[in-house]
This record gives sequence, C-alpha cells and structure tokens, in this order.
Amino acid sequence: MITLGKDEIAKYPFLADAGQYLKDKGFTLEQFGIDPDLKISLEKAFSRVQVSADGKIYKSDLIDGEASKDYVLEREVFSFLLAIVLLKLTGMNTLIKRFALAEARRAEKYLEKDLANITDESKKELAIRIIDDLFSIQIKKQDDDFIIPISNYLKHSVNFHEREWKLINRRVGNGFVYLTSHETVRLIRKELSSYINSKIINAKTPSMIAGFEDPVNQLISLSKKFVTYTVTTGEYPPCIKHAIEVLEKGENLPHSGRFMLATFLLARNQSVEQIAPLFKNAPDYNERVTLYQLNHLAGASGSGTQYSCPSCEKLKTQNLCFAIPECDNIFNPLQFGKKRK
Amino acid sequence: MQEKEIKFLEDSFKKYYFDHFDLIHVPERTSEREFGFQKFNSGMIRHISLKDNKELHLLLMQNIPSDVYCSNAYYSFPNLPMNEKDWKEADLIFDIDAKDLHLDCRPNHSVTKCNECNQVSTSHDHCSQCNSIKIETKSLPCKNCIEASKKEVFKLSNILIDDLAVDKNNIQVYFSGNEGFHVYVYNSQLQELGSRERSDLVDYIMFRGAIPETFGMKKLKPNRSLFPEFEEKGWRGRFSKEIFSSKSKRSKIISELISNGYSNFNKKLQDISTKIGSQIDPNVTMDIHRIFRLPGSLNSKSGLTKIYCQDLQKFDPYTESSFLNENTVEIKANCPIEFKLKSKKFGPFSDEIATVPTFAAVYMICKNLATIS
Repeated sequence: MITLGKDEIAKYPFLADAGQYLKDKGFTLEQFGIDPDLKISLEKAFSRVQVSADGKIYKSDLIDGEASKDYVLEREVFSFLLAIVLLKLTGMNTLIKRFALAEARRAEKYLEKDLANITDESKKELAIRIIDDLFSIQIKKQDDDFIIPISNYLKHSVNFHEREWKLINRRVGNGFVYLTSHETVRLIRKELSSYINSKIINAKTPSMIAGFEDPVNQLISLSKKFVTYTVTTGEYPPCIKHAIEVLEKGENLPHSGRFMLATFLLARNQSVEQIAPLFKNAPDYNERVTLYQLNHLAGASGSGTQYSCPSCEKLKTQNLCFAIPECDNIFNPLQFGKKRK
Repeated sequence: MQEKEIKFLEDSFKKYYFDHFDLIHVPERTSEREFGFQKFNSGMIRHISLKDNKELHLLLMQNIPSDVYCSNAYYSFPNLPMNEKDWKEADLIFDIDAKDLHLDCRPNHSVTKCNECNQVSTSHDHCSQCNSIKIETKSLPCKNCIEASKKEVFKLSNILIDDLAVDKNNIQVYFSGNEGFHVYVYNSQLQELGSRERSDLVDYIMFRGAIPETFGMKKLKPNRSLFPEFEEKGWRGRFSKEIFSSKSKRSKIISELISNGYSNFNKKLQDISTKIGSQIDPNVTMDIHRIFRLPGSLNSKSGLTKIYCQDLQKFDPYTESSFLNENTVEIKANCPIEFKLKSKKFGPFSDEIATVPTFAAVYMICKNLATIS
C-alpha cells in the first residue's frame, strides 16, 4: 500500500480508503446531508458527477496539485467520496462509467506532471510507484524518455484503436518502448478508469441519507438522456461481402476467412443449415466436415463454446479487412450498418 | 489416397520413426504441453499429454501418425478440453512459408491436380481437361523459394534481437519439412502475451499499419528535422537505410518526399512493407493455443523431416531433411515437373511406371502425384 501525503490524497482520492478517511477526520456521512458547512462538499460532489456526465473534467480547487489551506484539500477528497455515495444511490451504471473516466483523466494530469517533475524526485517516484502498483508497468527514465518493457506496453496499448498506439508507430529498441510522460500516462487511462469504476461498483450502497435525496433524483433524471437506440440496415460489411464473393468464385478462402464468415452469420442468427451451402464451391469442400465445424463454432458440439466474430483489428492483421468509408471506424464487423439514434 | 498408398506411407513412416528416435524428442516442460497427431486420411486427435520421450516413441510406434504436433503453450492440465486447460504462457512461434511470398518462380515448379477428374497439369487456374476450378496446387522443391524464405528468417531474427531484445541463443530455426521455416523464441518477455498483443507484434514484425507521422512526415507543414536518422533504433533506422540508402542522399530524398506529399508517403510505406518487413504467417504467431508440428517428426505433405537448422545460411533442406530409406519401389508417377531430392534428379514423369528410391516415392505420393503401381 502506498502511503500518501495530504495533497496526494487530494490528487489521487481513489487511492484512499474511503470509510477510513471519513473516520479519521471524525465525520459521518449523515453530517454532510444536514450540516450547512459540510453541505458545500455535497454540492461539489454533485457538480463533480454532473460535469463528468457531460464528458468534461471537474475543475478542482487545487493549484498545481496543491492548496494553500488544509480544508481545501479535505473538501477535494470529501467531494470525491460523496460523489461515489451519490452514484451508488442513483445506481446508474452509465453515470458511474462517465464519472470514472473523467476522474481518470483528472488524475492523469497530475500523474503526468508528477512523472515529469525534475525538481522533486519524490513526486516522480510516487507517480512511478502508483503506475507500477496499480497496473504492473515498470517505468524507467532514460534521458528525456520514459521506457517500458514491450510486453508491458502491448498489454495496455491493445486497448487503443488509434493507429499511433500500434507498436509499429512507436520508438522501440532493446526490448523497450520509448514514451513521453504524456504518452506513458495516457497509456493507462482506460485501466485507470476501470480501476476507479470497479472501486465504485464494489463499494457498498448505503441506504438513503437525509439531505441526499434531491441531488440523487436530479442525477437519475440526468442519466435518462444517455439511453441510446440503434437501428440496423442489415447490409453486410465489405469483409463479409468479399469472403462470400471469393467462395462464390470457387476460390480458396483461408481458414481465418471461413471462421470470420461463419461466426458473423451465426451472430446474425443464421442457422448452420443456412450457412453451410456457402462453402459448397470451396476447392476442398466436404459437407460432413463443414457441418461439423459450423456446429462447433455455434457451440452445438465440443466444449459448447460459442465463438464470436473477430475484431476489425484482428481481420486487418489477417488480410481480411477491406474497409470502406461506411465502416465508420467500427471495431467489429457486426457493428456495420448500426446507427446510434 | 487409396489403401495401398496409405500402407506404403505408413510402413515408410514407421521405419523412419523406429530408426530415428534420436531425432525426435519431447520439448522442455513436457508435462505442461498438449500433443496431438493425425493419421493418414483421418482427423486430428489432440488434447494428449505425454511425460517423456518414451511415451512419445510409444505413441509413434502404436499409431504411425502422418503428422505429430505439440503446443507452444504451457498448461496446468494439457489433456483437458481447451477451456479447462488453464493456459499459463506460450513460446513465441513464427511460420515462414515460401507459398506466401508470391515469388515469380512459383508457376515454374507448381502443378495442379483436379479434384473432379484427377488430371495433373501445369495450368494454374483451372483444370486443362475438364475446366473445373476445383483444383489443388502442389509445389515441388525450388532453391529460390528456400533462399527467399531464409531471407525472411534473417529479417525476423534481426528484429527479434535488436528491437525485442531476444537473446540469440533463445531463437531456434527449423525447416518445416515442406517449403518453409518454423522459428521458436523461448524465455522472452513476450511469453505471457495473449493473442491480441501478439497480433500487434505481428504487424510490427511485418511492417504493417505504419503511419507517415512515425517516420517524420506530417500532413501539414512538414518539418525536415522530424525525419529519421541512419543510426536510429528500430524501424526508423531501418526505414531510413532503405529509403535514403546513404547518408549523403538523405537531405535530397527528404526534399523529394516532402514535395511528393503525405499520401504518396503513405503509399510508399505500404509499398516497402513486404520488402523490409518479415513475411511471417500472422495466424500462426497470433495463435496461443496452436499445436505446431513437432521437431523431428515427418511432414505428410512431403515425407521430409522438420529439422533443426544449425547453420541456416548453408542449410539445404532437400538434402538435409530427407531421412527415408533408399530402397527402390515401383510407382505410377504423374509429375510433369523435374525435382531434386538428396542431390538426385527425378522426373518429369508423364503418367508412367517408374522405379525410384523410397524417399522420392513417398515425396510424390504425399503430393498426390503418384500411386503404388
């Protein structure tokens, strides 16, 4: 467990033991609902959630991660802890997700600053330790760069869809990836946000506290605007069209292409019997084997695992992607033609 | 394949396995590996666990498999169904196959066999007799293919050593037993990577997905100082050596690149990908549950052995991987292209009876270009 100073808890409140923190400060949750002085913290908590729901980052009262008065630091931590209480009371997962992401981005700023701190070595060390403890990334400083082992890098970078995060677009040498402080911290944004998210999800939901009803109700109505509807055009994406064309021509579609086609059509609720004839023209077609394999993919035989359609990223590597503008940066062929409304 | 041919192949394979136990060993950490095998004209039997060489040799003698495989992965329970095996880690593996290199020589040493009428011909897109497009392509040994594949292996090992810090002693290269090479990397930091991570590593090794910005080219206001230097590590260094060819030309070529614009630069990156990237089979490296041909075992596509290459530069697969015996056998061969095995020339045969050594007979029968007469 990392020991944090006062200003560090304010910067990284998700590292604190919430219940313990309140106890140490001599407060109960109920006081925040009624005590006019403490209510400021509840209001701040409400705005912290509200701002995050808008996709923005809460602007804290800290200046460069520090505050002139202790009570400002405390209020920072209280508002974070109370925001979690509010979120638990609303029970809205969309709000929790947005809050976790916004808080991750807020912490990211401080981590980046601490990491690049050349005057205070201890701040840099703390940032390195937080990243190692939470995400098992061993960062070393080398000249102006931060270097991390390739295996560490890949475990996190695969969560990004932007091309600049691909290993090929990084400086690599001697088993390390070279990053700036900004990139190092950006690398863990998703994990940081899921760390905060899971901390909130796993926190106990208190029963309603007097004085909390209003903000909770407001947040519930706020979350309703995030419900989305999708419509599907039903058209096949270019990779699937291409695979079907290859088979229709009687040309050989590699195993990976057949896997993609079958899992895609199964996911679109076609039956094994409907799919099998597509493979009839393949040079090595064997009805018995095709049906066996399709049933296997559908989870009807073997271990019962239902195989899912590969991601666009994987299909690109397998030379099976023929993206067109209509693909619109989807991550999986199954998303093709689905529009959010 | 008919029974007569299967019996002949099984007898030859059995003799090989009996005489050459010294070439076939279980890999390290045997009990954590999954083994599998196939018999001629039959499906795959997998999820087998073995303790030691003795058990492996017993399996070979009892089953006379056409192909034997072993996982690159390590499991707690290798003999249980896939989702109960408890995957721990996997060696990094690479497959470099001449057929994926799209070499100009391919048509000269490939034949097709029609699945409808069995006609063998040198026509490549349809059957010359019945016009069917259901044809199988068979390739025969070619020095050029092997040399080109070796080049890809050298490119790969340079990237592994320089960029990924893999210890040279932890890289092992094998001839696959047909037309390419299998490369294993042991004990690297990459052992625990999953399939998605390996997929990105594949793109790195193949030089795919590179964006112009990485190599100094910007869409707006290009800046000369961002272009890579000769001495740089990794792809930026290799890219500059390829594009600038010498330090003295660097400045002039940067000016050209900038004046040709962003999208031309992007196209250039794609064009040089196959030249400077290593042409590995992405599916093999991405697969962390694969059972991969066991070193020392025979390849049923050729009857040649998957064998360790001590000195890749000098290695000649078509003399060094052929271990089947020299006893002659009479076959009916339909192989319109000449080929060379163990420094002897065979063919061309035009649907004729021929007496050839066992290793050559097995080779043609495995390729479906001959039958026992």
